[in-house]
Amino acid sequence: MDLVLSDDQKMIREEATRLLAERSTSERVREVVEAAQGVDAELWATIAGELGWCAMAIPEAFGGLGLGMTEQVLLMEAVGRRLAALPLWSTSCMAAPLIAAVGGDTAKAELLGRIAGGEAATVAWDIFAVDPLAHIGFDARASGDGYVIEGRAAQVSDLLAAAIVLVPAQLDGGLALFALPAGTGNSALLPTLDGTRQIGELTLDPVALPASARVDAAGFDAADADAAIASAMLGLAAEQIGAACGVMDVTLDYIASRVQFGRTIASFQAIKHRCARLEVDFSEARSLVYGAAAGFDATSPAERGMEIAAARALAGDLLYRASEEAIQLHGGVGFTWEYDPHLYFKRAQAASCLLGATHAHLGLIADALLGAEEAR
Amino acid sequence: MSDQTTDELRAEIRDWMASNLTGRFEVLRHRGNAGDGDALPDLRKEWERVLAGSRWTCPGWPHEWGGRGLSVAEQIVFQEEYSRAGGPGRMGHIGEGLVGPTLIAFGTQEQKERFLPGICSGTEFWCQGYSEPSAGSDLGNIRTRARQDPATGDWLVSGQKVWTSLAHLSDWIFVLARCEEGSVGRNGLIFLLMQLDQPGIEVQPIRQIGGGAEFNSVFFDGARASAANVVGKPGEGWKVAMALLSFERGISTLGQQMGFAQELELVCEIARENGAAKRPDLRQRIARAWTGLRAMRYLAMRVLSDDPSGETMRETLGYKYHWSNWHRDLGKLAMDVLGRDANVISDDPRHERLRQLFLFSRSDTIYGGSNEIQLNIIAEQGLGMPREPRGSLF
Ligand SMILES: Cc1cc2nc3c(=O)[nH]c(=O)nc-3n(C[C@H](O)[C@H](O)[C@H](O)COP(=O)(O)OP(=O)(O)OC[C@H]3O[C@@H](n4cnc5c(N)ncnc54)[C@H](O)[C@@H]3O)c2cc1C
Repeated sequence: MDLVLSDDQKMIREEATRLLAERSTSERVREVVEAAQGVDAELWATIAGELGWCAMAIPEAFGGLGLGMTEQVLLMEAVGRRLAALPLWSTSCMAAPLIAAVGGDTAKAELLGRIAGGEAATVAWDIFAVDPLAHIGFDARASGDGYVIEGRAAQVSDLLAAAIVLVPAQLDGGLALFALPAGTGNSALLPTLDGTRQIGELTLDPVALPASARVDAAGFDAADADAAIASAMLGLAAEQIGAACGVMDVTLDYIASRVQFGRTIASFQAIKHRCARLEVDFSEARSLVYGAAAGFDATSPAERGMEIAAARALAGDLLYRASEEAIQLHGGVGFTWEYDPHLYFKRAQAASCLLGATHAHLGLIADALLGAEEAR
Repeated sequence: MSDQTTDELRAEIRDWMASNLTGRFEVLRHRGNAGDGDALPDLRKEWERVLAGSRWTCPGWPHEWGGRGLSVAEQIVFQEEYSRAGGPGRMGHIGEGLVGPTLIAFGTQEQKERFLPGICSGTEFWCQGYSEPSAGSDLGNIRTRARQDPATGDWLVSGQKVWTSLAHLSDWIFVLARCEEGSVGRNGLIFLLMQLDQPGIEVQPIRQIGGGAEFNSVFFDGARASAANVVGKPGEGWKVAMALLSFERGISTLGQQMGFAQELELVCEIARENGAAKRPDLRQRIARAWTGLRAMRYLAMRVLSDDPSGETMRETLGYKYHWSNWHRDLGKLAMDVLGRDANVISDDPRHERLRQLFLFSRSDTIYGGSNEIQLNIIAEQGLGMPREPRGSLF
């Protein structure tokens, strides 16, 4: 396995980083936060519509570029670094891989094609669980030519931004996947702690769906969706290390210019060492994310699951620590709305429990190493 | 690292280890690693000659000096399989990993011809004479003096080295000494190769935390280094000394990780046996250890990949800090998993191995640049933060 990025991969990263530095500035992120929609629609139109970022990981047969997990991770890292409020994670790391994993041929062709073309998508599953399909909030039954589906998902990422909303539901003792036609059910925008990721509540009370809304091939279970869950976790971890890098940059800039006791505060060893420790944690988390991405297709699902849980645990902890240190090392200004640390700090907290908090990820790894039953 | 050639190599080494690390060498398994360096020295020296007999010493050296010219990827395979089989800590490590590469890069033809064969054949063993009582983290503060004998051109050395690992089991020592009167810091140093068994050198073992004595004080009182045994120019010893250290942070790390993985597996095994695996806090810590080890593996692969763009340079600075603290934490985790069994010496060799791990791993964050020095380096070289001011006390 080669962990050196290719020139093409570096170019993708550089382009994404450059564009987002220009377009997702601190001022712009604040506008998005104030507008309370959780999405920067203009920026999305550029990156998804014009630049085709969502097409990258989609297979060529479905109108995509067929690039791999490494490219995906590099994009997510760049997005996280600027806290860009884009439904990219929901679309490219959750919805598209879920369709690719369990979708039927027609659905794949149609939905993946639309995503490649720049339409946002999301999945209404249990976004707080390490196993988001374990406790599905929707029940479906056959009815006439179609289905009736009922239930609720309390928090769905990018729900209102998504043109394609995927709903996994219990059907005849198994799982089925539905794509809601536009305007189906009740979608409510929820105000959020961080303001940079849209969250909505979806209620289907009950609604009738045509047969064509069902998009899975022939029922599925959580194991069939493993690659999609793994991709969602890894994408989130990449976004978190990106955000950690962003907030570390903010901190390093500030402490290099703030003078106390006749010297920059960056010259105090207590501060140097705290930054250096973050840097070590950063290299660790980033190596794990890149390593897991490079081996994504070759590693066995069991080992891949452990690696990605590990990446997610390190990345989540790193981002939280980097952003709390940012506030502390900024002193009083770190407590203000005007300076940026709080934007990252809120994102850190909000993201920390998505797809399971650290202890749950470590729990998965412990189960694999020590046997699950031992815990009871 | 798995393509066809490395797979074949892997199988070859595995077979070789299986058929050679047996019989009377069996007791060497997992022995002699950092902190346990004085274990079974005579047998381990013999083992070096068995390795040498099949040309498994110095596999990364060029053919012309007795190596196999293995690529980085191939050397990693060797290290991994060696450790996987429980291969003992290498008595020849300092010669093979530090002195050899330094001489190949900076030595004279005469020095190479004199010293490289002894290292390759497992017949001459080396130790490292850098640290002194007043020159630890601040290595530039070296006071051991080298004065040139006008009659012979030889160098006469007086002073003291300390913490010199394996000096009592070595034949040669490389010494960093001050050769210019009145010079300070990195200037005016000389890099000398010296025979230990000579009048004017006295080696005194120092008993360490685990009870054994792997390191020593080495006293010099007019000891002699022949004029031919200066590496680099007199006065430019610092440059050679630093280049030597850069060879240290290399390939052996992946073999070392294989050892770490075995230690972690041992901790898991004992946890499953004694019920510690049921404790939620220990489960989380074991999972964290696994996480850290996996991150270390990918970090090392990035470190060793030598990306020509140098973009991983900044991140690689943290490698030593990461592994040493990981290992130290593992030592504590091992004790907590052993619980009451950690407190009494028993015949279970696995318990003893973990007890020693607990004690020896305390040194990981001290030697080779302590934690605090690593953090200074990361902050200054990696993050571009201001340098530490130097004081004026001596
Ligand atoms: C097991 C073992 C084997 C060794 N083998 C060898 C060998 O073979 N050859 C050899 O030459 N040496 C060897 N050493 C010596 C080793 O390199 C030194 O111990 C190390 O460089 C630290 O120096 P010191 O012990 O003098 O500690 P000091 O430098 O006195 O450090 C004491 C404490 O102060 C901290 N400190 C020092 N400077 C700073 C600073 N600028 N900022 C913040 N904190 C600071 C250190 O981090 C440490 O915590 C060995 C050491 C050990 C433990």
